[in-house]
Amino acid sequence: MIETSQIIPLFVAIPLGGAFLTSLTSKKLNWLADILGIGATLVLFVLSLMSVRLVYLYDILIYKVGAWNPPIGIVMVMDGLTSFMLVTVNLVAFLIACYSINYMEKFTSKWSFYTLFLLMLAGMNGVIVTGDLFNLFVFLEIAAISSYALVAFGTEKHELEAAFKYAIMGSVGSLFILLGIAFLYAYTSTLNMADMARVIKEQGASNVTILVTVLFLMGFGFKAALVPFHAWLPDAHPSAPAPISAMLSGVLIKSLGIYALCRIIFNVIGMTTPISNILMFLGALSMVVGVFLAIGQWDFKRLLAYHSISQIGYVVLGIGIGTPLGILGGLFHLFNHSVFKSLLFLNSGAVEYSTGTRDLKEMGGLASKMPMTGSTSFIASMSIAGIPPFNGFWSKLIIIIAAVQASHYWYAFWAVLASILTLASFMKVMKYAFLGKLGEKWNRIKEVPGFMQLSMLLLALICVVGGLLVLPSVSEVFLRKASDALLQGVDYATTILSNV
Amino acid sequence: MMPYLLCLILFCEGLYCVLRKRNLIKIIIGVMIMDYAVNLFFVLIAYKMNGRAPILSPDTTIMNMVDPLPHALVLTSIVIGLATTALFIAIAIRIYQKYGTFDITKIKELKG
Repeated sequence: MIETSQIIPLFVAIPLGGAFLTSLTSKKLNWLADILGIGATLVLFVLSLMSVRLVYLYDILIYKVGAWNPPIGIVMVMDGLTSFMLVTVNLVAFLIACYSINYMEKFTSKWSFYTLFLLMLAGMNGVIVTGDLFNLFVFLEIAAISSYALVAFGTEKHELEAAFKYAIMGSVGSLFILLGIAFLYAYTSTLNMADMARVIKEQGASNVTILVTVLFLMGFGFKAALVPFHAWLPDAHPSAPAPISAMLSGVLIKSLGIYALCRIIFNVIGMTTPISNILMFLGALSMVVGVFLAIGQWDFKRLLAYHSISQIGYVVLGIGIGTPLGILGGLFHLFNHSVFKSLLFLNSGAVEYSTGTRDLKEMGGLASKMPMTGSTSFIASMSIAGIPPFNGFWSKLIIIIAAVQASHYWYAFWAVLASILTLASFMKVMKYAFLGKLGEKWNRIKEVPGFMQLSMLLLALICVVGGLLVLPSVSEVFLRKASDALLQGVDYATTILSNV
Repeated sequence: MMPYLLCLILFCEGLYCVLRKRNLIKIIIGVMIMDYAVNLFFVLIAYKMNGRAPILSPDTTIMNMVDPLPHALVLTSIVIGLATTALFIAIAIRIYQKYGTFDITKIKELKG
C-alpha cells in the first residue's frame, strides 16, 4: 500500500527525470525528445487532476522529504491552492509541449529546448509544492535560470539582448528574495514556512517583518512584472520562441511571482491592511499602465507582453482586496489569463510560423488563409477583453464586484477602464492581422501543422467553457478550495503542524 | 554592528555597479558583488563569538555551538550564483560576437 502523499514529489521528480533523459538520449533522435516531452507533461497533467480529487478527499497532504519531521526536515505540502496552481501550470505546459512538436522544427537543437523546458517545469512545480522557504528559493532559481536560457534560445541579436536584460534584472530580484529569507531566518530561526508562521504569530509583527515584506514585494514583484519592476517583460517575452513566450507569460510569472508572494504574505507573514492597500495600488497601476503601453504597439508579441502586465494587475488587484470574493476572482483570473494568454502567444507564433513576420502593419486578412488560427485568436481576444460568454468576462466581473463591495470604487472604475482599453487594442489586432483584405504576398501561405492546431483548439475550448468554473458545485472543489487556503491566513501553521 | 553595516555597504556597492556601469562585464561583476554580500550576511547571522562546530560525539558536550544551517544555505547559494554567472558570461560573449561591443549604450535595438 503506497501512501497517497507519495504523489507530491512526483511533480518535481518527473520533469527533472525527463530533462535528464532528454539530454542524455535525444541528441540525435528528435522524435525521442518529442515523446519524452509530451509524455512527461501528459503524466504531470493527469497527476495534477488527480491531486484535485485528493485535496477534495483529504483537504491537506504532507510529504516529508527523507522522513524527517518538520520543522527539522523539508516538507512538501498539497492543499487547495497548490493543486489549483498545479492544474494551471501542467495543463498549459502539456498543450505547449504539443505545440512545440511542429513549431520547434525550425530550430536546430530540439533536445536542448525540451531539456530546458522540462527543467523550468520542474522548478515551477517545485515552487508550488514546497513548504520550506529556502527550498522555494532554490526551485525559483532553477525555473528562473532555465527561463533566461530559453529567452536566449534563438541566439540572435535581439534574443541575446533581451536575455541579458532579463537575466540581470531577474537575478537582482532573486537576491532581494534571498536577503528577505536571511532576515526572516534570523528573526524566526526556522525555515519551514508553517513553523515560521507560528513563530511570527507568537512574537508579533515588528520592523523586521515589515522590512521582509518590502523585500519580498520587490523580489517577487520583479518576477511577476508588477509595474515599477516590469521593464524586462516587454523585451524578454517577445524575444523567446512562441511556446516559451506562452509559458513565460502564461504560467512562469504567476507561479514564481504571484503564487510565491501570496503564499508568503497570506500564510507566513500575515495579511494586514497596509499590505492590502499596497497590493491593490500596484495591481491597479500595472493594469492601467500596461494597457496604455500596449495600445501603441505594432509588434504582435510585444503587444501581448504589455497585456500580460495589465492582466497580472487584475490578479493582484483581486487578491489584494482580500475579501473572499476578491481572492476567488483573482485566482480565477489567474487561471483564465494563463489559458487565453498562452493561446494568444501560440496564435502569434502560428502567424510567425506561416508568414515570418510579427509586424501587425504587414499582415491583413490572414483569417481566410488560416481559419483555425483566426478563429481561436478571435475567441482568445474576446476572452481577454471580457466579452460575456467567455471565461475572462466572469473573472473580471467577480473582481469588479468584489472591489465595489469593499467600497473601492476607484479601483473598480480603473478595472472597467482597463478592460475597455484592452478591447480596443484587441480590435486593432483583429482588424490588422486577421480581418480585412488579404495582402498580395500572403497568397501562398498555409495553415499551420496539425499538432499546433490541436493545442490551439483545446485552449480555445477551455476559454469557451472556462466560465463554468464559477458554478457553485464546480467551484466548491476547485476555486473555493484554493481561495480558502489563502483565507486561512497564518492558521496555515496549525493546519500543517497538526497534520504531520 | 559594524560588520553588518559593512555588509550592507557591499550590497549597495554591487547595486550601484549594476545600475550605473555601462560595460556588460562590470554589470556582471556588480551582480556577483551583491551575491557575495548576501552570502556574507548569511554567514554573519550564524556567527557566534568563540563558537564551535556542532559535531556530536559520545563523550563531549558542546556548550557554545554555532548555527550550522546558514552555512549549508550559503553553499547552495554559491552554487546557484556560479550557474547564474556562467550563464551571464555565456550570453555576454555571444552579445560581443553579434554587436562587437560590451557597451550597453550601443546595444539597444529593443525599444518601445
